[in-house]
Amino acid sequence: MAETVQTVQLLSADGVLQTDDTAAEYLPYVDALSDDDLRQFHRDMVITRRFDLEATNLQRQGQLALWPPSHGQEAAQVGSARATRAQDHIFPSYREHSVGMIRGLDILDIITLMRGVSNGGWNPKTNNNFHLYTLVLGSQALHATGYAMGINFDGDTATGDPETDQAVIVYFGDGATSQGDVSEAFVFAASFQTPQVFFLQNNHWAISVPVSVQSRIPLYLRSQGFGIPGVQIDGNDVLASYAVTRKNLDEARSGSGPRMIEALTYRVGAHTTSDDPSKYRGDIELQGWIARDPITRFEAYLRSRGEGDGFFAEVATEAQDFSADLRRRTLALATPSTEKLFNHVYSEPHPVMDVQKQWLLDYEASFGGNE
Amino acid sequence: MSTETTSTGTTTTETNTGLTSTDTASTEPANPKAETAEPTSTEIRELAFGKALNAGLRMALGDNDQVLLMGEDIGPLGGVFRVTEGLQEEFGTKRVFDTPLAESGIVGTAIGLAMRGYRPVCEIQFDGFIFPAFDQITTQLAKMTSRHEGQVSMPVVIRVPYGGHIGAVEHHQESPEAYFAHTPGLRLVSPSTPNDAYWMIQEAISSNDPVLFFEPKSRYWNKGPVDFSASAAPLHSSRVVRTGTEVTVVGHGAMVTVLLQAAEVAATEGTSLEVIDLRSLSPIDYAPIIASVQKTGRLVVASEAPGFVSISSEIAATVTEKAFYSLEAPVLRVTAYDTPFPPAKLETTYLPDADRVLEAVDRALAY
Repeated sequence: MAETVQTVQLLSADGVLQTDDTAAEYLPYVDALSDDDLRQFHRDMVITRRFDLEATNLQRQGQLALWPPSHGQEAAQVGSARATRAQDHIFPSYREHSVGMIRGLDILDIITLMRGVSNGGWNPKTNNNFHLYTLVLGSQALHATGYAMGINFDGDTATGDPETDQAVIVYFGDGATSQGDVSEAFVFAASFQTPQVFFLQNNHWAISVPVSVQSRIPLYLRSQGFGIPGVQIDGNDVLASYAVTRKNLDEARSGSGPRMIEALTYRVGAHTTSDDPSKYRGDIELQGWIARDPITRFEAYLRSRGEGDGFFAEVATEAQDFSADLRRRTLALATPSTEKLFNHVYSEPHPVMDVQKQWLLDYEASFGGNE
Repeated sequence: MSTETTSTGTTTTETNTGLTSTDTASTEPANPKAETAEPTSTEIRELAFGKALNAGLRMALGDNDQVLLMGEDIGPLGGVFRVTEGLQEEFGTKRVFDTPLAESGIVGTAIGLAMRGYRPVCEIQFDGFIFPAFDQITTQLAKMTSRHEGQVSMPVVIRVPYGGHIGAVEHHQESPEAYFAHTPGLRLVSPSTPNDAYWMIQEAISSNDPVLFFEPKSRYWNKGPVDFSASAAPLHSSRVVRTGTEVTVVGHGAMVTVLLQAAEVAATEGTSLEVIDLRSLSPIDYAPIIASVQKTGRLVVASEAPGFVSISSEIAATVTEKAFYSLEAPVLRVTAYDTPFPPAKLETTYLPDADRVLEAVDRALAY
């Protein structure tokens, strides 16, 4: 899908800050960022790409059941995640590794899911409101909307104080927009005027199916039919992702209802490690997107502001150490205990769980350790 | 439940054993103008099943500010069966609200509300309309506590008017319980009396697990005593509602009425049936059933649902495993046929009635 003239881009592909009319209203958000903020954006993206490669390798080595690479989508994720405020709730799909990291999640918790150690793995309440991954496409859009309805009911938004007013951001992809649950989430969000941003990463491929099969119009226009304003951004531009998300989240938390952002980006890697993109997409397209790489672009911008080699070398080392530590801890993950089968199926006591757990324990014990 | 069976074996829990005529009921019947339930704590009153549910919902809304009612047409209209009548007026549009017409959306947003700390009670308008929400119920709601390793609870109740006997058009008379009973993480109950309706809805709402609450819609207009002072029986207990000695018959919801009718007829023919109301479909409380079968040696299980891979099948298998040496005959099932719910003019043929229950009783006794 071609970019439209409305696409918000703050950094050109070669890293030059844009000042045209489309960019102008977002530049104050960029101006408010400190040098350290900008360095952090770079650090987030580089670390993510490095551990993403490490996890992909771990899967290839038989250590993970699956890994969905985020290579290429770092700017869309890092910018939007850095735009959230501490009190916000984040409902990811299953590829938002850097969003989790930025919210304080230990990436090893994602590894437990992909290694088959857990079906969830973390507590949103102790991970800065970063909710569980959802592998069934689009389901989380309704959970996010329901959560945002609850924020409205509680009066914890639209008080006029952006430092405390709560909002929700939900991540999903171009394939998920075809799911009924996403459309139903638009309906409920519009009807209940939820404080919520729908953040769509259009990475152009739903496994092997191009976005043209999902939609014949730019996807940011779709929400408008539901009464939800939409905006399209260059998703490989971390500044655009940050500034547009910041603005839309703050509008949503101010009481003006839900918003949608379509970030145009590209899945440089495979859909997951089970996928073979060479069967369905061409190298010319891939190389075109690699030329618009989000990290290269942002590095050029930072260098143009005077950032030197030392910083970039330091971040590369940090990313390498981060990944080596992740690998070490992945290989040390213990197999869950048998009892875990039964322990949390229900919140309250359940006779069937009790009986089956005891039976299994007795059965295992009957081997006397010689199974 | 204080009104158990009497020593003569007749029930005191059901005063009306008639089922609604198939010729006159519409699919969106209004309740007959009935008294508003304003219970006091020591009172026993006759209430229609639907009114008892309404009173139970009112109690739950009053007890806990986190309880929400949500669904289609439940606000000013009070639901197509008027079960929520007057509740929006009393508790406001933030506690009792109409949703867009989208079942997956209702359940999906209820999950988000439960994550936020609310206790949503969703109304699905009719049994046959629940399937757009099937994914959110079975894949999301049922697994959410497990996926969070117990760190998040899902106190969501889904009310489902279900079953036949009202002469409605297609998709309005089904019994889809087994689809959900097959799903770990869900609890399923179905009251058969106004007293149970009043108490069980409150117990379901106070559960921290998701509960599918199957309401036998043909019973909405039937009156029975509601004891507002008695503490509720455990939500997941089954109960002997008529004692007998020769054959145990088990069912739930509107089928309990059919079983009691069958027991009356059998008694006139000199056969003594013990009737058990399941009340809970997941988990199933087997202790009263096993105890009864150990006494009678014979079991007939009846339901309005097709029999293949059904709750009736599950009970037959489990009782065979647990009480094999007590059985004098195979456990027999009396169910709907394994066909779609038929046009309403054929529903009395499709749904088990007292005669079909008695035919199975005769077969059990012939062994």
